[in-house]
Amino acid sequence: MQSRWLGRDIISIRDLSRDDIESVLLEAKEIRPNPDALRGKVVASLFFEPSTRTQLSFGSAVERLGGQVIGFSSGDVSSKAKGETLSDTIGVVKGYADAIVIRHPKEGSARLAADVADVPVINAGDGANQHPTQTLLDLYSIEKYIGRLDGLSIGMVGDLRYGRTVHSLATALTRFKKIKLRLISPPILKFPASHLDELRGLVEFHEQEELDLRGLDVVYVTRIQKERFPDIEEYEKVKGAYVLRAKSVEEQLSAKSIILHPLPRVDEIHTEVDSLPQAKYFEQAEGGIPVRMAILKLLLLGESK
Amino acid sequence: MSEDLKVSKIKRGTVIDHIPAGMAPTVLRILGISDGASNVVVVAMNVKSSKLGQKDIVKVENQILDEQKFQKISIIAPQAIINIIDNYQVVEKRGVSCPHELEGILKCPNRNCITADRLEKMLTYFVCEKEEPLILRCHYCETSVAADRAEIL
Ligand SMILES: [Zn+2]
Repeated sequence: MQSRWLGRDIISIRDLSRDDIESVLLEAKEIRPNPDALRGKVVASLFFEPSTRTQLSFGSAVERLGGQVIGFSSGDVSSKAKGETLSDTIGVVKGYADAIVIRHPKEGSARLAADVADVPVINAGDGANQHPTQTLLDLYSIEKYIGRLDGLSIGMVGDLRYGRTVHSLATALTRFKKIKLRLISPPILKFPASHLDELRGLVEFHEQEELDLRGLDVVYVTRIQKERFPDIEEYEKVKGAYVLRAKSVEEQLSAKSIILHPLPRVDEIHTEVDSLPQAKYFEQAEGGIPVRMAILKLLLLGESK
Repeated sequence: MSEDLKVSKIKRGTVIDHIPAGMAPTVLRILGISDGASNVVVVAMNVKSSKLGQKDIVKVENQILDEQKFQKISIIAPQAIINIIDNYQVVEKRGVSCPHELEGILKCPNRNCITADRLEKMLTYFVCEKEEPLILRCHYCETSVAADRAEIL
């Protein structure tokens, strides 16, 4: 059978069908550490900007499958300083590795890398554009704790304008049925209209300013950054309004609902929420390992059966 | 004055009809026609049109459009009709269609796009996301752009 996965790239959530997403999540559920799985395989980890957690998570996933990691992070001497183009760097690295994980500050860099490389490329974040493994681990957590991806009511809270994770998650949810999105943000940080056009007809959505969690299965919280506001007064006015407190969680959310956050959290979820049963953001981060292991296995070895 | 009459006025060349009113200068720029051009160019602007209300028409003698120019015109004038004229006769009539792939035609509006990186020196690449209204998406950074707001290179 021709593999759907062997040699493929993971660049954007837009490239993934419902079937693709479900097979990654299924693989992630079943995968266990196995020092023989990727024995002799080398994964190049090219971090042109720092992201310690993502880099460690990928590194850990490779090691748990018995593969080896080479590469650099932006603190190291990088080729960029010598004026080498990204195409040239990738052109060389593809000869050293069986797969490439790339993080780069420019949008579109990962797609360029995938076009140049003949080995699989995994996008670990290209500027403000995509970070597909983050979205897959978000979906993994939702399925794990809620038990399904169809018929969900999901509240997205905070910075919906610049938040890459919420845009990507919203796109992924269009692959599923009967999704209701409640987009909760201050007016200045509303979900981009052009992206809403993309969702129209595929999911039901509703925009509001008020932080009301009633009826939600999932609350996905993102950080509101001070730098996004043209004047500080405006920021001071709204910042408190989007902080999740234990009282509202207990009053408004069912015990089966979950709260997610791409982390790092600053103060948008009060620490008093951490001990509530709905708080799943730390477990969510752990899901990054099985999801990344599953992707590496699929791209380098193909599907199980 | 009938449309046929206008179309048949040049001996050999191209007539681009059904250009949205006001876009004729952009079409001339795409065709590479500047003040110093020596071939005959006829421009009619704000002509009455049943399809568009008002339209522009551009006629250029002795020029046949290459694929790149054709694609550029498709973006700014999605309803345009291109007539190839020979010996005062329309020998070919071609409607423009949604270009499915555009290489090196548009500038990406996202300034942080890898295609805008000076060092990289690469061509932009857009794919058709939606027809009517025409929406194009950058293959690299995934920024979408409405055709009527796209910046032609
Ligand atoms: Zn772009």
